[in-house]
Parts: sequence; structure tokens; C-alpha cells
Amino acid sequence: MIAYITRRLLATVPVMLTVGVFVFFLLRIAPGDPAAIIAGDNATSQDIENIRGKLGLDRPMIEQFVHWSWRLLQGDLGISIFSNLPVTTLIAQRMEPTIALTISTLMVAVALAIPMGVLAAWKARTLVDRLVMGFAVLGFAVPVFVAGYVLIYIFSVQLGWLPVQGYRPIGEGFWPFAQSLVLPSIALGTTYCALIARITRASMLEVLSQDYIRTAESKGLAQRRVLLLHALKNAAVPIVTVIGIGIALLISGVVITETVFNIPGLGRLTVDAVLKRDYPIVQGLILVFAFAKVLVNLTVDVSYAFLDPRIRY
Amino acid sequence: MQRNQPAPLLEVDNLHCHFFTLDGVVRAVDGVSFSLQRGETLGIVGESGCGKSVTAMSILRLLPKGLGRIVDGSVKLEGRELTTLGDADMRSMRGHQVSMIFQEPMTSLNPVLTVGLQIAENVERHLNVGRKAAMERAVEMLRLVKIPDAERRVNDYPHQFSGGMRQRVMIAIALSCNPQVLIADEPTTALDVTIQAQILDLMLELKQKLNTAIIMITHDLGVIAETAQRVLVMYAGRKVEEAPVVELFQRPLHPYTQGLMRARPRLDVEAEEQGRRPRLQEIQGMVPALNRPILGCAFAPRCGYATDRCRSEAPGLTEPVPGHLVACWEATKIAGMGHA
Amino acid sequence: MASITLAGDAEPRPGALARLVTFTRRNPTIVIGGLLMLALAGLALAAPYITSDPLKMNPRMRFRLPGEQFWFGTDQFGRDVYARTIWGTRVSLVVGLSVAALASVLGLIVGLLCGFYKAVDGVVMRVMDGIMAIPSILLAIALITLTRPGLPIVIVAIVIPEIPRVVRLVRSVVLSLRAQPYIEAAIAGGTKTPKLLLRHIVPNTLAPLIVQATYVCASAILTEAGLSFLGVGVPPEIPSWGNIIAQGRSFFQIAPWSILIPGIFLAIMVLAVNMLGDGLRDRLDPRLARRM
Repeated sequence: MIAYITRRLLATVPVMLTVGVFVFFLLRIAPGDPAAIIAGDNATSQDIENIRGKLGLDRPMIEQFVHWSWRLLQGDLGISIFSNLPVTTLIAQRMEPTIALTISTLMVAVALAIPMGVLAAWKARTLVDRLVMGFAVLGFAVPVFVAGYVLIYIFSVQLGWLPVQGYRPIGEGFWPFAQSLVLPSIALGTTYCALIARITRASMLEVLSQDYIRTAESKGLAQRRVLLLHALKNAAVPIVTVIGIGIALLISGVVITETVFNIPGLGRLTVDAVLKRDYPIVQGLILVFAFAKVLVNLTVDVSYAFLDPRIRY
Repeated sequence: MQRNQPAPLLEVDNLHCHFFTLDGVVRAVDGVSFSLQRGETLGIVGESGCGKSVTAMSILRLLPKGLGRIVDGSVKLEGRELTTLGDADMRSMRGHQVSMIFQEPMTSLNPVLTVGLQIAENVERHLNVGRKAAMERAVEMLRLVKIPDAERRVNDYPHQFSGGMRQRVMIAIALSCNPQVLIADEPTTALDVTIQAQILDLMLELKQKLNTAIIMITHDLGVIAETAQRVLVMYAGRKVEEAPVVELFQRPLHPYTQGLMRARPRLDVEAEEQGRRPRLQEIQGMVPALNRPILGCAFAPRCGYATDRCRSEAPGLTEPVPGHLVACWEATKIAGMGHA
Repeated sequence: MASITLAGDAEPRPGALARLVTFTRRNPTIVIGGLLMLALAGLALAAPYITSDPLKMNPRMRFRLPGEQFWFGTDQFGRDVYARTIWGTRVSLVVGLSVAALASVLGLIVGLLCGFYKAVDGVVMRVMDGIMAIPSILLAIALITLTRPGLPIVIVAIVIPEIPRVVRLVRSVVLSLRAQPYIEAAIAGGTKTPKLLLRHIVPNTLAPLIVQATYVCASAILTEAGLSFLGVGVPPEIPSWGNIIAQGRSFFQIAPWSILIPGIFLAIMVLAVNMLGDGLRDRLDPRLARRM
């Protein structure tokens, strides 16, 4: 197992390297003069020169790359063009809300989706199934920014139960922290809930037609035990895979959700950086998010061994 | 069917099971009756698709939900009607009074749970004991079905066992609560011949030990000959013949049963020596589709003795020889002719 | 998710209408999704004839409620939300269809090459892994950061992150086909690779490719709306659903319709494309249907 994890960690190196090379050259081979684009329309040629110097664009490409990767390996993601702060510092500051939102969204999505999927599979082709899956499809089709505003309108503006927008760090107490996450998690969670519920249903349907389920039924076990132990444990591998994919998609969703709910996380940082064309920050965020995604995939693969005794690494 | 015997343990009367499919209603079981005495082994034999497995499944009411169901008839265990039993009562019956083993040992065990747990959960469910006692019982059952090193192997997963071993585990599960009836649906079909014999021997041995009645469902007359005391022959969802095992093998009355006997490979030493090894005889024709009403005797299209009456009117069961039931218009004639 | 037709159905007689009815009953999702898409496409095409100018500002008509004069109300500049929403249909359709087409064609080509040439496979799949590791919206944002905004660049930025998924799909189909005896026989028999590809491989990839293309289309429509909502998508003067919602954001509490109505249209379109995809999947690719 440890050997497997080590091997998988090593396998992430080329992926991250590709991402690094990609991000590096993206800036260099982009059509037009990136420095001019970054500087914006009203920039003087002096501004453009400054930016070019800051990004190291005035030196030969190979030298730039060696220099850039060497600093990257030391954990240095460069300096923001506008704030002159290290990108790592900026990212670290905005990390907490994003992690909190991702985890709470995932909890909401999984807690809703798995019972929904199991129910739909158990009651397959009945009204219950259609209602559950209809809800799931709808949840997938309604974009998070629309769902977000509807939720704000109902629960914050009309009913006044929850804060309209904003984020309270966990350091300010758990209750305000949790309250600030309820609506964003639900808005974002419904999308992933749909994804997970669908795969849960499909996977459960396949498992429920297996011989060992008939065996379990022939033992007269309680319906709950047949569904939640015998069937769900067998259906788990595809479900966990999709939850993993879900986390990756979640990262895209988080960027939008943070804007809807005014949460000062990495998503906001990304959008602000893009609007100011602060490329070092965008570059750093891509690397961080890609690394997170690779780690999630690794976790998912390792979890298979715990779910299915036939899988050994 | 009046007989001077004690009240039967299990009584199936006029059972009808239908499957509701895209191609119409399939009459998988079409009026089957039989009874099972305590400690008896009843063989049910027939081609695949003749309704023998469906009969077995409907005793436990395990027909695929929403697809097949019992539409008529009764199943009584010790006089208690099972077809109308509530869901909860039915569940506490399954695996306890009546348990079942299936054809496919490779897929009938849950791959992600230890075999110990799969035995113990049955014990825990029905015998009102705790997890620990149930696990002890699981070890005991594994020993009983002759799995070596049982203490250690309870914690293994099914993929760590061979096919024969898995079928032993299935038997251990089925017998863990001392059921009165064990339904074995083709228990040896998927196994190697040498393993088949071991499993059958084991079942017979345990049956003696625990006094369990067995319904042995198979298409293999060899298995029937070795295990059953009484045999029921099914064709196209109906019972066509029923007789004690020796009687059936000596004097099969239904043309279909005779066909089955002839289609069975046999070692005829005498014929072999004379250099005339008989070809296996197949039964001509196909099993009729069950999604349309069958007029007359279902076997008539494939039967050499069939008359116009056979094709228009379904034969009822008669008892030309005491204890030997057959559904054939021509049975007496055939019986009179004797057979090869 | 076709419902099981119960027994007793009469055999369908092969009249055109009867066949249509049977098809609808067996594939309700394809029919509903297809009809919705046709309706939306009709609206998009008819936009110049059935709406007024979506860009015309009218400060005296700000924040009008939906009603007789303005069916979907007006926004903070007095622009007609109905006109803007109908015109927005065009942007979403163009983005969805062109991304689906481009991603499928490029993905098919790269996937075929990867499936057939080991040397290409190693390098290209590493690059694909790299692209897949970057969250798609971020990649699109990064691409857009570096260029001047416009509809074509938005399409390109959405296509690139979608390609790896198509490549993987095509490659897996090719690899599994290559192991088939009849393909091995054709290779052994000296069939030229291009002929082999066109005759045996490409036709087999089409069904899963079409299904995948519908999902790519749905996701592209959502991504475009998301990018525009964030202000990094199509230029703000183009009335796309994402832009309408983004511009209505600050006045959400006064004029919720300018967010809700384009939002509902967006949801309907995504729903329609997904239904079409699910229906096609069940019909064309039962293997995939079981996996999803």
C-alpha cells in the first residue's frame, strides 16, 4: 500500500510538470504582447516595459524557464504585479473560506445524493424514482449563480433567516461561520448532488440485479441492511470515483459561488486577478488548484482498496 | 392426491406464477402442486426454462420485484400460508425455516463482505444471538461443511475461495439456522464433476445430521438418482409426472420423461463391446414459448405419441400406477407397451 | 430510462404516425429534449423579427415589472429583458454547438492518433493529463486573460479543457476495437491504416462520440454563462445570458426578473441538451448507459 502511494505520488510529478510547462508557455506563446495586454489599454510604453521586466519576459525563453521552475520548486510562485506581495502569501490568506466552502458543499451533496440515489434505485421505475431523478436533473441544469440568487432572495431577503452574503471565518465562532456557509453550500451542492445521485442510482441498480443480493434477500435480512450494507458497499467504487470528479468540478463551481455570495476565497482572488490581468496570481492559482485535483484523484484511488477487498495494491 | 401419510411439511397447491414482460405475460409456472415430507428429498427436474427455478423462488417469494409474481395458488409451510404472509413475517421465514442455495457459487456471495459475516448475519437475524455468538456459529458451520482452518478463514473474502469452497460456504449459510426446508437450485451445475460429487455427498450427510427436507432442483437426472426419494418432472411450467425415484427410472410414463432418459449419456458396456455405441437421442423440437396460451398438452408438438386430442385438450394428472402421477392421455397405452 | 411497456400492447403497425408515436413512447427524453432545442433554436433565429433592439437604453423605463409592454420587464438601463434574453439564446446556442463540434472533431483526430500510434500516445496523453488536472473554468479564464475578449476566444477557451475527455473516450474505443479479432485480422491481412480507420474504427466511435458531444454542449453552455457572469466571458455589450445575469446582479433585490428569466432559459436549454444526451445514450450506447 505504501509502495503504491509512493508510486502514485511520483506519477503526479510528470502531470504537475506538464501543468507547469503549460502555464509557463501559455504566457509566452499567447498571441500579441502579453505585457501590453496585462498592462491594459491606457498603459504607457514605460508601464509595459516595467511589466515585461517583472515577468522576466525580456530574457531568453530557456533562461526564463529554468529560473521560473527553480523558484517554483522552492515554493515561490512569484510576485503579484499589482500588490507587489508574494503570490503564495495572497493564496494562503484566501485559502480558508475556499476549503470550508468545498468541504461543506461536499457534505451537503453527499448527504443528499446517496439516500436519493439509493431510494431511486430501490423504487426503480416508480413515481418516487422519477421524482428523485427529476429533481436531480433539474439540480444539474440550474446554474449555481441562479440557484444562489433564488436562495438568497427566499431565505435571506424575504425570510431573513440567514445572512445575505459574506463569510465569517471559523475563528469568529462556529455558529456565524456555519450560517455563512449554509446557502452557498446548498446552491453549489445541488449541482453535485445531481451528479452523485445519478451515479448512485445507476450503480445501485446494477448491483441490485446481482446474485448476491438475491442471496441476501434469501436470508430474510432487513431491507435496510440489504440496501445499505450488501448493495451500497458494492456500489461504492463508482460513487467514490464520481465524488472525486465532483470535487474537481466543485473547484470550478467555487469560483462562481464565491462571487455570488461575496466570499473572499481563492475564487474571488482568481476573478479579481483576471480582471486586473495579474497573471502571476492566475498562474499560481492554476498550479495550486491542479495540485489539489491531483491529490484528490490519488485519495480516491487509494480509497478503492478500503471499499473493495479484491483490489490490492 | 389423498395419501395416508402424516401432514406434509410443505404443500404447494395449484401454483401459478406469471412474468410481466415486454413480450407479454409469461406463464412461467402454470398450476403446479406438490408436497414435501419432513426429512424428505424431492427432486424437481426439467429443461432450463421449464419453471422449476421459478417454482423454487416463489416458495420464498423471491421473484424479481415488479416483474414476476404469484398470481394464484397456495404455498403452505406446516399449514401456514406463505403467499399471503406479511413482508416482515416472510422475511423472518427466509433463511430460517426455509433457506436456499443457488446455482452460481462464484457470484452468489457478496464480494465485499467476509464469509464469516455472511454466515453470522443470518444467525444473528434469526436466532436472537449477539455478534460474537453468531461468529462462533459461523466458524462451527464452516467446520461442518469441511472447510479446513475454519477459525482463520471466517475472516476471508469470497474471492479467496474456490468455486466448490464457495458453494460449501453457501451451504453453511443456508443451514446455519437449522432450516426445515432447504431449496437447492442447481447447486452443482456450475462445478467441476469431482467437486459436484463432494458437494452432493456433503448435502446428503448434513441432511441426515440435521433432518432437513430438501427440494433439489436440477436438469441432471444423475443428481436426482443420487439424492432424491421422489421426483417431479416439469415441462413448460406444468408438472407432467411425479413418482418415487426408483419407479420413475424404471418406468417413466410421460413421453417427455422418457425423452429425458434417452438424452442422458450412459455407459452401455454390453453395447460398447459389440461395437454399437448408441447415439445420444435428443428430444426433437423446442420448448414452447410461454407468453401465449398453450392449447392442449404442452409437449404435444414434440411428442411421437401425440394425437388430435393431445393437441386440443390439456391432460389432467392420472395415477395409472399407485404413487405414480402422470399428465398424459396416452400414458396407459405407453405403460402397457413397456419401454426399452 | 425508458419505461417498461407492459404486456398487452398491440404490435405497432408500420405507419409513419404510428412509428412516431412508438418512437416517442420508447424515447420520451429524446423527443422532449429535441423539441425544446428546436423551440429555442427557432427563438434564436427569429430574434430580429420578434423582439426590439436588445441594446436600446431607455432611462425613463428603468426597472419596469414584467407586463404587457415589457414581457420580461426592463433592467437598470431600461433595456428590454425579453429582447436581451431572446438574443442571448443565440450566444448560448452558438457557443454550445461550436464547442461541441470543435471538441468532437479535434478529440476524434487526436484520439485516433493516440489509439493507433504508441509514440504519439505517450506524449499526448501526458499533455491531456496535464490539461485535465487544471479545473476547466480556470483554464478558460487563464486563456482569456491573455487575449482580448471576444466570442471566438471564449469558444476556444472552452474547447481546450473539453478536448481531453473526448480524446480519452475515442482512445478507449479504439484500443478496445483493436483487440477485436476482426480488426486484428484486417491488420494482419494488410489493410491500410487510413482505410481501417475510416471503415471500421470511426463508425464505431460515432455513437459514444455523439452522446459525449451533447454533454460537452451542455457543459459549454454552462461554462460560457459562468464566464460571462464572472465578467471574463463574451464582452459585456453582447447580450448573453451570463452577461444579463451579471449586470442584473447589483439590482437583484429590486429587479429579480433580470436574473431569474435568463436563468430559467439557461436551465431549460441545459436540461433539454442533457435530456437529448441521456436519450441518445440509452438508445445508441447501452454499454455507456449502464456505466453512467
